[in-house]
Amino acid sequence: MTAPLLRLTNVSKSFAGTNALTDISLEVHAGQVLCLLGDNGAGKSTLIKILSGFHTPTSGTVEVNGEKVVFNSPRDASSYGISTVHQFGGTFPLMGVGRSFFVGVEPTKGWGPFKHFDKKTAGEIAVREMRNLGITRVTDGNRLVGSLSGGERQSLAIARAVYFGANVLILDEPTAALGVKEATHVLRIIMQARAQGLAVIFVTHNVLHAMTVGDRFAVLIHGSKADDFKKGERTREEITDLMAGGEAMAELEAEVAQFQATADAQ
Amino acid sequence: MTVDITRQEPAGRGSAPVIPPSKPTARSSAAQLSRRSETGALIGTIGVFIFFCIFGGAQFLATGGAASWLNIAAELGIVAIPVGLLMIAGELDLSVGSVLAASSMTLATVSGYWGLPMGVGILAALAVGVGTGFVNGILVSRTKVPSFVVTLATNFSLVGLTLGLSRLVTGTTSVAIAPDATSKNIFGTLIAGQFEVAIFWWIGIAAVVIWILQMTKFGNWIFAIGGDAESARATGIPVTKVKVGLFMTSGFGAALVGVIQTILYNGAQVSNGQSFVFNSIIAVVIGGVLLTGGYGSVWGIILGTMTFAVVSQGIYYTGWNSDWASLILGILLLAAVLMNNTFRKLALSAGIGTKKLKG
Repeated sequence: MTAPLLRLTNVSKSFAGTNALTDISLEVHAGQVLCLLGDNGAGKSTLIKILSGFHTPTSGTVEVNGEKVVFNSPRDASSYGISTVHQFGGTFPLMGVGRSFFVGVEPTKGWGPFKHFDKKTAGEIAVREMRNLGITRVTDGNRLVGSLSGGERQSLAIARAVYFGANVLILDEPTAALGVKEATHVLRIIMQARAQGLAVIFVTHNVLHAMTVGDRFAVLIHGSKADDFKKGERTREEITDLMAGGEAMAELEAEVAQFQATADAQ
Repeated sequence: MTVDITRQEPAGRGSAPVIPPSKPTARSSAAQLSRRSETGALIGTIGVFIFFCIFGGAQFLATGGAASWLNIAAELGIVAIPVGLLMIAGELDLSVGSVLAASSMTLATVSGYWGLPMGVGILAALAVGVGTGFVNGILVSRTKVPSFVVTLATNFSLVGLTLGLSRLVTGTTSVAIAPDATSKNIFGTLIAGQFEVAIFWWIGIAAVVIWILQMTKFGNWIFAIGGDAESARATGIPVTKVKVGLFMTSGFGAALVGVIQTILYNGAQVSNGQSFVFNSIIAVVIGGVLLTGGYGSVWGIILGTMTFAVVSQGIYYTGWNSDWASLILGILLLAAVLMNNTFRKLALSAGIGTKKLKG
């Protein structure tokens, strides 16, 4: 098999002596979805920040296409085609869809002093790219981003990343704040990105969503990788138990069952 | 979100035909209007104008009446436009009052007291404004202290510095100047005996800034920085440079009005200008600019400035005590903000216009 698009080897990160991540090794190939599972505080955010260039690891290596790299800034990471889409998608709610899509990379037309931001083209491209991802309700590039639904905003952000040439798409809890239908739509977009040959890192704590789209899975607990498996190797219950810390979850469930039994008896 | 900005060439994954622009309809243009940040300001301007047409009578509508509020609007507008631009980028500038006084005193001292050529004095005055803006910008960017505090501090420091220096240098706090004809014509003459030449400066500056904000990538950066400075930085926008540049522009605007007033009134006083600090913010906020940044337009700022000027001058034509002008302005400010919030919510409500059109 060819070198993975992105590979982490024994990556650790500590803040002021506290270990946030310990010896994480991961890899993700083109056309694959790697699901990063973990409860709140498991170290998912720290890992994303390392991958997107906000933090540099304390030890360990990051490789892109088999080449060892060090990201000193988010721009370094994006220059290697790694693009991160955060939970709420675009963060410019009061900007138009077209304006927001091209922030920092505005298309221009005209010459010399008459060179100007081509808002019409920007709007058309943004609407077209969203339509390609199945968002047909947005037809006007001047629509404010804040007027879009959560799923539409995610789609806008993903469309933007793909349009500007991302190879590795990191999605940070894209479905967490969404309703069932919207979440399903985002999952479909993830599959679309995968089909286009992108490597997708899908960060979530929703096991069901992960199992729907994932090829490979990694579970983080307290900053360490607790398990690593391929599609079909674990059941949903096994994954949930693992994420919640195994025995603790079993105890909790027993307690819940106890309450249920008491309630039923009355 | 972070995106590769070094690659200008889009990857071009999936190319669908360009969607033909939908035909404008009456309904969609109403929706478009409600989505613009200056809609509330327009209603406000028309409202106060009609109000003073009724209560101010023919005098208010005569040339003299128009000149009186246009002159106020022009001077305030030259300050308010760059202040508003800065506010769209998420920062405040409260130092414009002292900048105006300092630049005014600089011009009067250099060209009046020392007798150097007018050109030198004007350049020195503008340099004081731009320089103060630079200091503001650097302080805000480096220290991360809110611009409200930084520029408030500059406002006080600079007024003290101006006062102290002018006493040291000229021995007084008001200096006279006899501008030459050219300077008078460019900065401080009255056209037809009533209209300040500043009105043309205002129109010129407004035209340039409308172009910059709406039609250039720099304009898009201003909106992005005001929306979320961290995300803007992540896309590669030089946030610090843009902010420092905007503070310098705001200093320039205030200094220009300082120059205009000095030449128009043939002298400078240390106490000038402080009214511009809050008046410019009032004009900008009435104009629909969001105090926290990311939203607003130059047209809105112009309308807000006109509203302010019409109220503050129109009161004299009603025959009422002018004390009431401040009351009206205060109520108007609150009403404008509430109205602007409503329009913004309307613009943000899901699928406005488009949803209706699709049925």
